Amino acid sequence: MRNSAWRTVIGAALILVLPAGALAAEIRVEPGADANEKLIEALILAEPGDTVTIAAGRYALTDGLSLDVDDVIVRGEGPDRTILSFTGQTGSGEGLLVTSDRVVLEDFAVEDTKGDGVKSKGSDQITFRNLRVEWTGGPKAENGAYGVYPVSSKNVLVDGVLVRGASDAGIYVGQSEDIVVRNSRAEYNVAGIEIENSFRADVYKNVATHNTGGILIFDLPNLPVQGGHDIRVFDNDVVDNDTPNFAPEGNIVAIVPKGMGIMVMANRNVHVFENRLSGNATAHVLIAAYPEDYDDDAYMFVPRGVYVHDNEYGEGGGAPDGEVGKTISDVSGTPVPDIVWDGVTTIPEYFSWVAAENRIYVDEAEGTTFANLKMISQLLLPWSTAPDTDISDYKGALPEPKPVELPQDQAG
Amino acid sequence: MRYWLRLLSPGRRLVAARRAAGAAFVVLTAMIAGPAAAVDDAALAAKRPPKLLSQTGLFADPATQKPAAGVIPFAITTPLFSDHALKTRFVYVPEGKTARYHDTEAFEFPVGSVLVKTFAFPADMRQPEKAVRLIETRLLIRGHDGWRAWAYLWNDEQTDAALNIAGAKVEIALAGIGETPDEPLRFTYSVPNKNQCKACHALDGAITPLGPKARNLNGVFPYVDGPRNQLAYWHDKAILAGAPAPSAAPAVPDWRDQGAPLDARARAWLDVNCAHCHRREGPASNSGLFLTYGETDPVALGIGKRPVAAGRGSGGRAFDISPGDPDGSILLYRAESTEPGIMMPELGRTRHDQAAVELLRDWIANLR
Repeated sequence: MRNSAWRTVIGAALILVLPAGALAAEIRVEPGADANEKLIEALILAEPGDTVTIAAGRYALTDGLSLDVDDVIVRGEGPDRTILSFTGQTGSGEGLLVTSDRVVLEDFAVEDTKGDGVKSKGSDQITFRNLRVEWTGGPKAENGAYGVYPVSSKNVLVDGVLVRGASDAGIYVGQSEDIVVRNSRAEYNVAGIEIENSFRADVYKNVATHNTGGILIFDLPNLPVQGGHDIRVFDNDVVDNDTPNFAPEGNIVAIVPKGMGIMVMANRNVHVFENRLSGNATAHVLIAAYPEDYDDDAYMFVPRGVYVHDNEYGEGGGAPDGEVGKTISDVSGTPVPDIVWDGVTTIPEYFSWVAAENRIYVDEAEGTTFANLKMISQLLLPWSTAPDTDISDYKGALPEPKPVELPQDQAG
Repeated sequence: MRYWLRLLSPGRRLVAARRAAGAAFVVLTAMIAGPAAAVDDAALAAKRPPKLLSQTGLFADPATQKPAAGVIPFAITTPLFSDHALKTRFVYVPEGKTARYHDTEAFEFPVGSVLVKTFAFPADMRQPEKAVRLIETRLLIRGHDGWRAWAYLWNDEQTDAALNIAGAKVEIALAGIGETPDEPLRFTYSVPNKNQCKACHALDGAITPLGPKARNLNGVFPYVDGPRNQLAYWHDKAILAGAPAPSAAPAVPDWRDQGAPLDARARAWLDVNCAHCHRREGPASNSGLFLTYGETDPVALGIGKRPVAAGRGSGGRAFDISPGDPDGSILLYRAESTEPGIMMPELGRTRHDQAAVELLRDWIANLR
């Protein structure tokens, strides 16, 4: 233990001040009767450069926490040792909200929040590292929507987090840009990992298992940021996504069928490669248009430029679930092929052609199955009785986006 | 007679005054003639304001909410619902300075300005001037680098209030509301922590006042020297520059004014209760739901708009507002709820406002 002489006991909380650097201090909070207030105060009174250390222990919190100071590290003593429990939460829309820049959240757990777990809004350089966000009662519609939830943020790093039980998405990145989600595990959520209305994202080396759907790349209308693009999903294990959909109706993820592997809806320039998919009983990969009606002239509902290649496919497609599963399998038959494209194009393209950069390309190992369902725009009705299952028709490639580089992720 | 009658917003005050056959008004005008206490500009400009509210000099008598000289009471026509709390509001602009008028946004206040809001509960809402207990007084202080928000928590003796950082929970027993008004309603009122102030008072990420906008102030206030339109009064007191005549300035109706158009009443309520977050520059910008009074895009207002991050807040409903179908509208579901994670606003209430829910229900039912 460092510098124990500096310790000062204040009530049940222990404040440890380390003269590290010019002004940077370590503010240490220990469990105890007034830990809730101490934690709230520590996060409010922190100065740029400070580290707020949350000592190991269980913290029963009644109100949400928030941080609005730049350049702060909030660090626990391990995601199984420092546990912020929100079972008794009576206010706020999330467990922890960050609204400042260059913030690192690491090594703690957030349990059973009434709304979202850990959220950043409007942050630049936000890091979520080695966190656990969990609803401990298992998958339930009453659970909060998102576990790890950066939104309207820039330079987002999600690294080594575990999220369980979110009634929408475990790891949800929305309306953000320059994003890395890696080395994380999402299980027993409706959506494991969801990248929505976002620009430039790398999603790799994650495990998405026992969700309803593993990894979703979505773009939705009527939002301040839309037209998601330049997204790479690679080297992930997307296996056994077999939890029945428990999302409250009305949310877009409520349409996701049990057993969805990777789903790309709308968006531009999405690359799905070198992932390992198995045990997804609806389909391993689904590429689809936004299926609902909407009123938004600026919105492109059709995916533009999707390139799926060099993935490994195990067993799947054997038990297509729900409305979407039925729509697919009514055309494709069962088992559903490994890769399914709904085939929806815009009306002008339907009567002419689709430009090369906007097409769907598939380049997979011999034996991989595929179906273009040839659906008509937004009606989800096939315009041809027979789907196109000739995978070789879709061979080709798109130039890959550059790797996402984050300022907080540079060596040194 | 205490200062409390003037807490009530103009509409309710008007009703109360009519009921009392004008008697209340006479009493009101007889108040405030205390000694001229001085606002402590230096103390308020410090990095952290004084520990005690009395030390700010904003009040001649904090306990009766009698303001110091130069501190002017005001009311907003349609106020934010805060668990039925009564509110007094004051504005202080340093001598010789003026706030700049804006047609739609909060006025631009000069450095040194202070906005003051006290939250209080009577024992019985049917007698709002009696047995009033002060809970908290919030200050918004305009510094050189922007606004800072602070809250003072009143002591049990009701003699003074102390600066509070981490927020507080206060047990309230309030009679006179609901279906059994004689049975006091018991609930826990939440004094926000310092960060929670910004959860509502944020515009493009910076703390900003919400109430003092032309449309909220463009109504009559019963000043000691007689009832006056607030915009005209602020102009006359030389704390506001650039304001047009009240007749040329925007105004919202009192949401309880049955004589006002239903749409304007509902929009005024949504503007004050929701649009601090739900606007393009606000904390809920990512929702795409924008409820400012001037919003004209029906989808942005929620009409036929699907939720994006509602989670269980959707209540199984497909649209924020489904015209003609209140029970199919997420907006109403969240306005009715008192459950964290579902209720809206997320902060500032633990109860729901039944009369407002009825207004919103009526409004949505009448939308095509």
